[in-house]
Amino acid sequence: MPILGVIASAITGNLSTNSYQSIATVTVGSPQATVSFTSIPATYTHLQLRLAIQAADSGGAFNLKARFNSDTGNNYALHRLIGDGGSASAAGAATTGYARLGVLNSSDFTNVFSANVIDILDYTNTNKYTTTRSLGGYDKNGATGYVMYHSSLWMNTAAITSIELTTDTGNFSQYSSFALYGIKGA
Amino acid sequence: MAAGSTYVPLATNTLGSAATSIDFTSIISSYTDLILIVSGTVVTNGAGIFIQLNSDTASNYSFTYLSGNGTTAASGRRASQAYIGFNWNTGWSDTAQCNGIMHLQNYANTTTYKTTIARSNNANGSSLPGTETTAGLWRSTSAINAIKVYTAGGGNLASGFTATLYGIVAA
Repeated sequence: MPILGVIASAITGNLSTNSYQSIATVTVGSPQATVSFTSIPATYTHLQLRLAIQAADSGGAFNLKARFNSDTGNNYALHRLIGDGGSASAAGAATTGYARLGVLNSSDFTNVFSANVIDILDYTNTNKYTTTRSLGGYDKNGATGYVMYHSSLWMNTAAITSIELTTDTGNFSQYSSFALYGIKGA
Repeated sequence: MAAGSTYVPLATNTLGSAATSIDFTSIISSYTDLILIVSGTVVTNGAGIFIQLNSDTASNYSFTYLSGNGTTAASGRRASQAYIGFNWNTGWSDTAQCNGIMHLQNYANTTTYKTTIARSNNANGSSLPGTETTAGLWRSTSAINAIKVYTAGGGNLASGFTATLYGIVAA
């Protein structure tokens, strides 16, 4: 591997690098309201989204919302655990029009982008609904930051072939990056 | 959509004896994200595991955490620190193996500050149990080229403590 002049000793194990594959990436050049991944192949077992994102609007925290396969019905539900730097809380919603996958900060702090890692497990299984899990957050050096765990449910047994990502209102900021990966099973 | 293999192990360091830190240096910038996985114990029970980047020891870090100790959940934040706390509120055990994973998103970009997201656990059944998630901020637009893993108060990471760094590259 081309790296490190470290104390690092040997790489342990014989890890395969073939089971985790990059599918597609979107980096926002100018603010845009929607980021979509389409024609997602069914050849993986799980999907992972890795995001560094910011809302173009000012204000507080914003939700990262998702729809699968262009389903605009109230076929989603969610639970989340929230830390705002002052207290911990939990919330949820049933029968709603979006999955919620993460959190974005506003553009008030220009250089701060939230980090989110989202797993969409067993996304091609047509025998059950699809559940997501995600971890995300941001910090603003003393101003209110957030750490959140989300779990969302899409009440549909179809294999996921597309993901549309939006925020509450407005746009994703320039430099927001969205990367979709596929994880293979044995 | 074209797919390319990624998630590359960059380096692993397992301590043969107690040491003050594990340092990853000369990290190349050709990946999109880094993932740091740490596991082991500390010499002083309850000491936290901290991260410094690019040898920056100034107060350019901050973090917000969400933790649970088996009874209650809590959240807090620390501004203008000299480190990002991996598990600032729950601490690390001197006997029970603790684990943590930190994602360093978009670490090589030179336009934005760097945000990290981490989760960790201390499964010590007798004291200081807990699980914790932390969003960290390093207020620098420099590409991350070095990561220092260390513990509080100049204490030691225990023998057997291991840290592994992975790189992920997007299409």
